[in-house]
Amino acid sequence: MLGYALRRIAGTVPILLILVTLSFFVIRLAPGGPFDEERALTPEVRANLDHLYGFDRPLGAQYLHYLDGLAHGDFGRSYRQRDDSVASLIAQGLPVSAAVGFAALVLATLAGVPLGIAAALRRGGAIDYAVTALATLAIALPTFVTGPLLALIFGLALRWLPVAGWQQGDPFYLILPAVTLALPVCASIARLMRGSLLETLSASFVRTARARGLGPWRVLLRHALRPALLPVVSHLGPAATYVFTGSLVVETVFALPGTGRYLVQGALDRDYTLVMGMIILYGALTLLLNLAADLVYGWLDPRVRHD
Amino acid sequence: MTSANRTVPVPALSGNRAGNRAGNRLAVAAAGVIALLAVLAVFGPDLSPYAYDALDWRHLAAAPSLTAAHWLGTDPLGRDLYVRTLHGLRLSLLIGVLASAVSVGIGVAWGAIAGYVGGRLDAWMMRAVDVLYALPYLFVVIILATVFGRDSILMLLIAIGAVGWLTMARVVRGQTLSLKRREFIEAARALGLSTPAILLRHIVPNLAGTVAVYATLTIPELITYESFLSFLGLGVQEPRASLGSLINEGARQMLTAPWMLLVPASFLVTLLLCFNLLGDGLRDALDPAGH
Repeated sequence: MLGYALRRIAGTVPILLILVTLSFFVIRLAPGGPFDEERALTPEVRANLDHLYGFDRPLGAQYLHYLDGLAHGDFGRSYRQRDDSVASLIAQGLPVSAAVGFAALVLATLAGVPLGIAAALRRGGAIDYAVTALATLAIALPTFVTGPLLALIFGLALRWLPVAGWQQGDPFYLILPAVTLALPVCASIARLMRGSLLETLSASFVRTARARGLGPWRVLLRHALRPALLPVVSHLGPAATYVFTGSLVVETVFALPGTGRYLVQGALDRDYTLVMGMIILYGALTLLLNLAADLVYGWLDPRVRHD
Repeated sequence: MTSANRTVPVPALSGNRAGNRAGNRLAVAAAGVIALLAVLAVFGPDLSPYAYDALDWRHLAAAPSLTAAHWLGTDPLGRDLYVRTLHGLRLSLLIGVLASAVSVGIGVAWGAIAGYVGGRLDAWMMRAVDVLYALPYLFVVIILATVFGRDSILMLLIAIGAVGWLTMARVVRGQTLSLKRREFIEAARALGLSTPAILLRHIVPNLAGTVAVYATLTIPELITYESFLSFLGLGVQEPRASLGSLINEGARQMLTAPWMLLVPASFLVTLLLCFNLLGDGLRDALDPAGH
């Protein structure tokens, strides 16, 4: 298990380096710079700005300097928000984004797994049809449609929940964003769970367990559930990616002060260092969660450790 | 394509037939709705007396009504929502379909070459796919859109198309590996055909079924990407409209003019749902054991 874990971790580092390198050079290759505005700058101001941000040095040196900074947790300074370093923006935004994202993943798993199990156990029944139909719909609905709709219904029409905004420590502001993010993930978890449980229930070891006279609950909990959960576990990596992507939309729709909103704002302002810092942050988180999903998978299913 | 060597879809051995037939009927209905939406997108804007960017000062933020001058209402600038929605539908469909064509092209070429040539080249090519898979691709699209996109629809199209081909490459490679061992490929090789000729004339035509299924599933995915970027303001720019940018405007006017959100949102959801139903139906029909 340790060897497997080390191999996985070693495989992740180069991918992160590729991401950093790609985004650095793609952004530097961009036509126009961050200071090309309508108002022309005097050459002295321009030179000072270029010096401050290191543009007067060769590209290779800039790259090495950036990597060196990253190794020390320094993401450079934002081009637009002059007084802020990207690292401090991340420190402000990340707790909010993490709270919403984590709530969404937990919610999706807690709702999706039982729904999938119920659908599989009552195959062809009313629950099965309802779960399958709702899942198909929820997967087709993008977050930028469900978000505003939920805000319209529960915020504006029914007035049960705040329409938007964020108040530290008030869980009511968390509900709509988390539900919006959780819906499609919950739907795909329910679908996967249903499919894999149906497959497991028709396997011969489950038939044997039944033949030995074990009750249906015992068969489900002791024998069928663990192997049936494997595809769901390996889906948590992609699900996390989905939540990160969705958080850009959800934080914009619900006006949350999180990292996703900084990324969108940075992209709109062409604030290159901010965009790069956020991309690297999200990239690293994605890789980390995929790694975690792989490790849990390896722990649940000893076969994959010996590939 | 002469058909002695076409892969015959294997009929479903298990599973309930009634369910399959209901699934087929749903897929056919979905295809009908998509065709209808496509016709609306192509001809709809021109059949209306209004232009997508024309302002009507007498009807600002008018509510939808069949008897009024504007069936589906107007936005606060007095632009006709019916025309703008169909115009957005046209742009979203166009970008979705063309970007899918780009990614299908890359995916088929990549997968067929890796699978057919094999060996070290295959290992490297598929390793590259694995690496790209591990990256959060929508963020890569955001970088590309930040740097190049914004004003140009062509760049947007390329940025979206460039990230959608990974699944296609994997599926095509798998199919190519199994085709490679068939007798007719061996015969072609024995006749002295070159590798590019075998790939183009024998491998690629035999991939058509699989490619069609995954292309149908790629289109809604890429339409979602485009709308996502346009929703965030990084895609299609004013005064042009895509379904995503219309939903964004609608979300901001939600309190005073909810129809501005509901009209484009229902078009987008119908479109995505139908493409997903069609893709799932095709996949079940061609490859019953596939998922």
